[in-house]
Formats: sequence, C-alpha cells, structure tokens
Amino acid sequence: MSTTTVKPQKPWVASPKDRVESVLVFIVAIAISAVTVAVTPMKGKLAYVALFFISYLVLDYFFNRIKRGKAAGIDSVFRAIVGMAIAIAITPIVSILAAVWQRGHKGLHLSLFTTDMHSAAPSDPIINGGLLHAIIGTGLLVAFALVISVPLGILTALYLTEIRGRFTRPIKFLVQAMSGIPSIVAGLFILAAIVYPFTKAYNGIVGSLALSILMIPTVARTSEEVLRLIPSELREAGVALGGTQWRTVAMVVVPAARSGLVTAMILGIARIAGETAPILLLTGGGDSVNTNMFHGSMGSLPFYIFSGLTTGTDESITRAWAGILVLLVFVIVLFVLARFLGNRKVGK
Amino acid sequence: MSETRVIPAKRELTTKPRLSDKVFRGVVTSGGLSSLVILGLIFVFLLSEGFQTIKSQGLYFLTGSQWNAVVTDAGTIDTKQSHFGIAAMLVGTLICASIAVIIGVPISVLSAIFLTFYAPASIKKLMITIIDLMAAFPSILFGLWGFFVLGPSAEYWAKLIHKYLGFIPIFQMPADFYTRSPFVAGIVLAIMIIPIVTSISREIFSQTPLDRIQAAYALGATRWAMLKTVAFPYARGGIVGGTMLGLGRAMGETVAVYTVLNIVYQINWHVLLGAGGNVASLILLKFGEAGPAEVKALMAAGLALFILTLIVNSAADAIVNRTSKGGR
Repeated sequence: MSTTTVKPQKPWVASPKDRVESVLVFIVAIAISAVTVAVTPMKGKLAYVALFFISYLVLDYFFNRIKRGKAAGIDSVFRAIVGMAIAIAITPIVSILAAVWQRGHKGLHLSLFTTDMHSAAPSDPIINGGLLHAIIGTGLLVAFALVISVPLGILTALYLTEIRGRFTRPIKFLVQAMSGIPSIVAGLFILAAIVYPFTKAYNGIVGSLALSILMIPTVARTSEEVLRLIPSELREAGVALGGTQWRTVAMVVVPAARSGLVTAMILGIARIAGETAPILLLTGGGDSVNTNMFHGSMGSLPFYIFSGLTTGTDESITRAWAGILVLLVFVIVLFVLARFLGNRKVGK
Repeated sequence: MSETRVIPAKRELTTKPRLSDKVFRGVVTSGGLSSLVILGLIFVFLLSEGFQTIKSQGLYFLTGSQWNAVVTDAGTIDTKQSHFGIAAMLVGTLICASIAVIIGVPISVLSAIFLTFYAPASIKKLMITIIDLMAAFPSILFGLWGFFVLGPSAEYWAKLIHKYLGFIPIFQMPADFYTRSPFVAGIVLAIMIIPIVTSISREIFSQTPLDRIQAAYALGATRWAMLKTVAFPYARGGIVGGTMLGLGRAMGETVAVYTVLNIVYQINWHVLLGAGGNVASLILLKFGEAGPAEVKALMAAGLALFILTLIVNSAADAIVNRTSKGGR
C-alpha cells in the first residue's frame, strides 16, 4: 500500500518562471523604447519614458492575455497604470530634493549662520553675508505664532472631544474651512484689522498673528485626532474617582495625549515655517538682525529666499537656493520628529 | 428598651457642575469658538475695507478685466477713471486650478489605489511618508523649482502639445512665447495638490468594506474587476470631495504661482501662452506699488478670493463627510 503525501499548493503565488517572464517583459519594453528613440526622429527623456510606458502596457497586456485570458490582460494593464501613477507622483519629490541640494550646497559656507546681510550687496561673492537675521526672524515669528495658536488650537480640540456641546458640528466645519484660507487672505486681514488702524508700520508681531491664523487649524485638527484616540475608559476612571471634568481632563486626558499634542505643535510649525505670502505683506523684510518683535522690519527665511529670487543676480539666486536648503532641512527634521512621536503608543 | 438610632442626613447628590468645571467649560468653549470669531472678523474687515471699491465699480468688479488706479491730486482714488475688474484674474485662477486638477487628480487617485490595494506593506509605509512629506514643503520651494527646473522641460512639452494638438482652440498660440505660461503653473499646482488628494482618496479607499472586496474575489473577480465593481462605486463621492479640496488649495496658492507665472493683466484663454495670473498673485504683485487707496481695491479682491475658496472648501467638506460616514 502506498501513501501519497499532499503538498500544500499555492497557485496564486508567482512561480520563479512567472517572475522571470515578467522581468523579461519589462526588459523587452525598455529595449523597444531604446531602439525606437535611436531609429526615429523622436528624442529626449520624454520620448524615452512615454515609449517605455506605451510599449510596456501593450506587451504586458498581450503577454497576460495569451497566457491567462482576457480578464487577466485587462487586470495587468491596470496594475501597470497604477504603478506608473505612483512613479509619476514620486518623481517631482525626488527632483525637488535633488535640485535643492545640487543648487543650494554651493551657497553654504561657515559664516552663513553667524552673519547677516546688512553689509553685503546682492552681487557680492557668496562668502559675504549670511542668513543669521533670517533664521532669528523665522524663529521669533514661529515662536510667537506658536504661543498664540497652540492654546487656541488645543482648546478647540478639547471642545470637540471633551465638551461636545451644541457647537461641535459648526466648529468642526469652521476649522475645516479655516484650513483652506489662502495665506494671502490671512495677510490682508491682518493688514486691514491691525496694521492700518493701529501699528501703521511693519513689524514682526503682525506677521506672527497672520501665521497663527494659518497654524490654528493644523494644531486643532491634529490634536483632535489624538484626543479621540484616548480610550474613554481613562475618562470614566477619572470621573469615577470623584474627579471633576476639569481635573479629569487636566490630570488624565491631556497628560495621556502629551506626545500627540507635541506632534500637533510640530506639524503646525512645519506648516507655517515656510509660509511666504503673509510675510511679504506684513513683516517688511530687512537685512540685519532684529530681535524686537514690536518694532522695525523683521527678516525671515521665506523673505530672504523671495528677495534673493527677485533680485535676480547669480549670487542672490544661489543665496536663495541655500536659504531654501536650510529651510527644507528644518522642515524635514520637524516632519521626521513628528512621525517619530506620532508612532509612539498613545498614553506612554 | 428603646434605642435611638442616628440616621445621618442624606448626602446631597447633585449634578450641578462645580465652579472649576464652569470655568473650564467656559474657557474651552470660548477657545473653541475662536475659529468662528476669526473667520467672522476676516469677512467683516475685508468687506469694510473693500466695500467702497465694490460699490463704486458695481458689476464691473466681477466682469471687467482692467486694473488701473488713477489717483487725484488730493491722494484719493478717482472713482470715475479708475478701473478695478478682477475678471482676468478670476479666469486665470480657474484655468490654473483646472489644469492642476486635470493633471493632479488622476495621478493622485491612481497612486492612492496603488498604495491601498497593490503596494507591499514595506514599500507602502515608505511611500506614504514621502508623499506626506511633500505636503509639508513650503510653497516658495515649489515656485523656485517650477521656475528653474520644471520650466525649461515644460516649455518643450508645451511646444509639442501646440505642434500636435494646436487645432484645439485653447492650445493655439497668438505669439511664439512659451515661457512661464499657465500650463507650467498648472503643472506646479498639480504637484502641490497631489499629497492632499492622495491622502483623502487613500483614506476613502481603505474604508471599502472588506466583506464586499472578499465577496468579489470569491466570485472570481480579478483585482481590476473588484476595483471597478466595489472600490470605485464606494469611493466615488470621496474622490469628488478630495478633488474639490485640491481645487480650493490650487485656487488660493500665491507665491508658487507668482514665481512661475508671467503675470499679465488680460484675459488669456491660451493655456500655453506665457501670460496669465490668479487673484492671489495679483494681490501680491499690485501690493508693492499700491497706494493706500488702491490697497482697498486689493482688499476687495481678497474678499472675492476668500468667499470663492470658502465655498469650494465647504462643498468639498460636506461631500467628504457624507461619504466617509454613511458609506452606502
């Protein structure tokens, strides 16, 4: 008597043969596009990419259709299309990062972080001047905006999650609407409401006010999401121990959501650090270090970049790219920090 | 023998909030209403500053395409001779934002499908992080990149489009000038809205009921057939909402458009011609040279932009919320 052992089959997993075949289709498509570019008058990267896309789609379709039938052919075409879409979506990011590094690193030098631009003309060599005033300015603008918008943002989030009164739906709607305000409108509003009636001059604090309008929705929405993740058992436990709502929120809910609330702040900073339009309307720029938020025009990184661009000399454009490199590194660091904090478990 | 029992007075049970709670609720509620207050103030102040212009220009403000401020000797605006019409810029806003949506939305939705249904877990997380990172890029970076890096390539694409599709009216060229056109600005805006549209579509797609997906597979559907019959019908509303949110972002963008586009004050339907503008970039352009009187006209333009984006965003929000809650 002979026994046969049944080996588990996985017919849906691609066999080595299938893999080799699909790689072959890929290579043949590249070859076709290369040959076509070489033979026909079509030229350039665009022709190469487009021909590759088309020939891959056609080859893949017929290959799968012959092998597995019509439905599989269409399925594979769609798979190829979504693959191309994600490739197209990622390409600009890679291109942007590469361009910023390639053009920006030429403008980097040691005194960049220790000097300002007050004694450097736009066409001076790169080594003259720096962006100390811009870094200090952006730091101050962001810090003041943070002081204004974090309390308001977190209170909004607490209203939406803890109080849940009759304004919950309208406020949710309004926060959403506020996050879509064009930044230039925030600038115009501060201009109309504060600069013309009261201060009548450019200074840092009005810039911070405009930035906080843009920051509040980001902080509010992120905090709301975090507070929603706090298990309601924690709130019930707090109330069951005799705590008032105030003490429950202050001693239990907010500490449990601490790292998430910090994430909300960081994302808010990342949102406004590079905001340019209201800065151009309100802060007045300036080439030297100014640490007084209430008097005198205030330099900032976006203004530095923008004025470098509009001045238009080779040196000033290189300075602009160096400025954007610094700004981008700052934003990426914030983003990674927010991800790191956000990935930790709530309640730790 | 009688025993006196002492019965303690009943402890008073009350649901009345204590003082600390009253204060807490008051503070949180007033903080929560800050968004209402801010939005209201924006509307009131822009209206009060811009009202004069809108009143003196009448309907011309929306339909006219001239913008010239004539200042009298006294320093005030000569309302008879000055023209403030934002039609050219409204058209520019719509053209740039439409190009952005036409290019950006298909890429975003297909990317979202890839990330939700096709990507292996390891790649998925990395790609989501990269695309979310793009959302945090400052807009001036997109402007710089669009001007220096994308511009030359896009000019070449524009020439190709004109050569082969030139018979379509909007691709015709009255002059041979392809640099800094609405087409380039539209591509830059498309790239800027990819992260937001992708993340909303991804959220909607990931809520597709698992039982329906598995039912489709159990009936022998391929992945494409499942997407066509289950995922698309489920996510349609959410995608429309995400598209409108992207449209709202693209309409309000200032600095990137200002940097990339050659701002010329005329109605220009030729998307490949290097002339155009949007309301936000107009405000930035004119602000530098504007006297106090002309600024009032810019406030009116800002009010128009504010109302426009508010309408688009609210509609988007309503659509997204309805879809993500109810399903079907």
